[in-house]
Amino acid sequence: MADAAVHGHDDHHDERSFFVRWFMSTNHKDIGILYLFTAGLVGFISVAFTIFMRYELMDPGVQYMCLEGARLIADPSTPCTPNGHMWNVLITGHGIMMMFFVVIPALFGGFGNFFMPLQIGAPDMAFPRMNNLSYWMFVAGSSLAIMSVFMPGGNGQAGSGVGWVLYPPLSTIEQGYSMDLAIFAVHLSGASSILGAINMITTFLNMRAPGMTLFKVPLFAWSIFVTAWLILLSLPVLAGAITMLLTDRNFGTTFFDPAGGGDPILYQHILWFFGHPEVYIVIVPAFGIISHVVATFARKPVFGYLPMVWAMIAIGALGFVVWAHHMYTVGMSLTQQSYFMLATMVIAVPTGIKIFSWIATMWGGSVELKTPMLWAFGFIFLFTLGGVTGIVLSQAGVDRAYHDTYYVVAHFHYVMSLGAVFGIFAGIYYWIGKMSGRQYPEWAGKLHFWMMFIGSNITFFPQHFLGRQGMPRRYIDYPEAFAYWNKVSTFGAFLSFASFVFFIGVVFYTLRWGKKVTEKNYWNEYADTLEWTLPSPPPEHTFETLPKQEEWDKPHAH
Amino acid sequence: MAHEKNHDYHILNPSIWPFLGSLGGFIMLLGFVLWVSPNAQNNQPWVFFIGLALVLYVMFAWWSEVVEESHVGDHTPVVAIGLRYGFLMFIMSEVMFFAAWFWSFFKHAMYPMHPDGISPAVDGVWPPAGIETFDPWHLPLINTLILLCSGCAATWAHHAIAHENNRKDLVNGLIIAIALGAIFTAFQAYEYSHAAFGFSGNIYGANFFMATGFHGFHVLVGTIFLFVCLLRAYAGHFTPERHIGFEAAAWYWHFVDVVWLFLFAAVYIWGG
Repeated sequence: MADAAVHGHDDHHDERSFFVRWFMSTNHKDIGILYLFTAGLVGFISVAFTIFMRYELMDPGVQYMCLEGARLIADPSTPCTPNGHMWNVLITGHGIMMMFFVVIPALFGGFGNFFMPLQIGAPDMAFPRMNNLSYWMFVAGSSLAIMSVFMPGGNGQAGSGVGWVLYPPLSTIEQGYSMDLAIFAVHLSGASSILGAINMITTFLNMRAPGMTLFKVPLFAWSIFVTAWLILLSLPVLAGAITMLLTDRNFGTTFFDPAGGGDPILYQHILWFFGHPEVYIVIVPAFGIISHVVATFARKPVFGYLPMVWAMIAIGALGFVVWAHHMYTVGMSLTQQSYFMLATMVIAVPTGIKIFSWIATMWGGSVELKTPMLWAFGFIFLFTLGGVTGIVLSQAGVDRAYHDTYYVVAHFHYVMSLGAVFGIFAGIYYWIGKMSGRQYPEWAGKLHFWMMFIGSNITFFPQHFLGRQGMPRRYIDYPEAFAYWNKVSTFGAFLSFASFVFFIGVVFYTLRWGKKVTEKNYWNEYADTLEWTLPSPPPEHTFETLPKQEEWDKPHAH
Repeated sequence: MAHEKNHDYHILNPSIWPFLGSLGGFIMLLGFVLWVSPNAQNNQPWVFFIGLALVLYVMFAWWSEVVEESHVGDHTPVVAIGLRYGFLMFIMSEVMFFAAWFWSFFKHAMYPMHPDGISPAVDGVWPPAGIETFDPWHLPLINTLILLCSGCAATWAHHAIAHENNRKDLVNGLIIAIALGAIFTAFQAYEYSHAAFGFSGNIYGANFFMATGFHGFHVLVGTIFLFVCLLRAYAGHFTPERHIGFEAAAWYWHFVDVVWLFLFAAVYIWGG
């Protein structure tokens, strides 16, 4: 491409063809946008799955997922044999997509790509071409994951119904090859994330603006750096575990088959050695976003920058040594259970540092409840709630009662759906003007927030009650006794879904007709990272002359 | 070269290789499932090979481009540091991949399952009853020495180019390293063909073949990597200041070496 002619200094118009710009990109900002849109699309599919599941759970008995064919309107006149396989496929698809193909790509791939280099004043990523490989491998993995839902699977039907954790022996005896496609989907997504992590770490270490020492780096960039390490060190281990599944399924090895001397519990250990860091891979970038949003809308520099950084590092490191709290009921010794209990509770300390620092940032600040700040408030409140139920669940004794009940479902949706996803929304409203050059209508953002806040709480809060009453997770049906709160939960899910559809409308409206952003920094001077020194949207190439220290290292007038 | 760029970082032109490579990966993995799954109808390998061909082509084209970029001076000192960081982290991720296989091995060796298949045995035995393992002090020991010598040769070659600008010794060292690597692979294949235990149906074979097999695959990749460096050495690509490609190959080769030492100590000696 004859680029010398293309990149003038003042031009915002762009002579790259559509294909060149979006399929052959080596531009961190364009790749970030690709990530965000693709994650949104997969997210919509994944959320649609859950709406159908909640719809089925609205009343006791099975009305919609019938072996005779799925239906949307209950019809008592025709027989309906419950189709548990379909249910299982939907929970599996929802989990795998949300974990690997929605939240990591949106936070790490999307915001990480777009804003980490900008915040450290780097002209692009360290390996811009490999960056695009990460993106397209994520697309290839998503395609395999979605394909696997429709390919021949267990019970003579399509798709695999084994749960996102893919526990053997269920995952090794599931018929068809849908399961193998799901495994390769995770392989591809893992490779994509590992390459992304290598890219992020190298960029962070090697391309910071002159004068920007490690502990002057903005918190969001730090959060991406910590996340990248978690990805780099945990995902390859998962790759090994699912490769074992693959050979057990296709080549007759017996890693997880006791008949040949193998051990299915081994899989759980290796999976959760990845799976627990994964929880922090999902949430830590959201921590970073929330820090910037809170500081901006409280008009105060973030409280306790250094403890905030070390808390993220500590959470990341501790994340590697607590995995077996996901498996208290598999028959571990008391000593092991005690250790994992203790280690798990220790994580509450750095997490508490973060929560209290956000609160201290707001304390005495001039708080302005713009949409991003509402999401940040929602995040802090609901993530704390999810964190507290996490402390409850970390007790091995209590977990005996709660294991695999809706209490667990409520807990992890509070930290993920109402934590990480609120972080994503906070980031979108905070930065959409910067990314697109157009601002969302404030009333619409607020309406979206309140719909989602109320909807998701109505969905998930009653699930604590259901779990305490003993309703197990992952079932298509339940006894009459659980009917009331299930109905409430389903209404909440409908409201959340409506808010998501509304959000899509808001984004569409903003990109087409939103008010043009004229200022570089459309919030206030406490949005003081380097992306706010650039035009909105930033030109194709940013920082062609590296930023000077005074552009980002500003002492605050108190 | 980007326009009006006032920094030493590497800004790249748009490239089709990431898209094609991912497409190749998608076709390859889909084809692999259609080929090997006992549940797929008429298992045919051709989809897999189409994908593999595309992946290999993209690797060749992409890395040729990287070599080309190094010739036109895109790899400034700061970019060179980045490339080194990147490769070191790639090796770290590989180490964690092997952690999974060692985990499985140590778990089963230290806590063998009871023959009832339900729980770990209190006094279980490893290797499992009826498994006849290799004598570590015959071919495996020779292979260890071969691989260590190969590592030495690679270091000699590295020293020759980095400190003496001696291309003759660089080439000689590389030839020795590659030849020893190839001999190692051949011996390993010979050993596999004489194994008294199978790959499927028993946990010893599963652990042994997957761990040493993935190591063997890495030896193969490392040998090819060194071979590419040999061709580049003949073409005069390396100077004392600029030989990142070779440095990466040497690091990779040492990593493969160290994994083997752990395999030899744990799987062959301690667990054999």
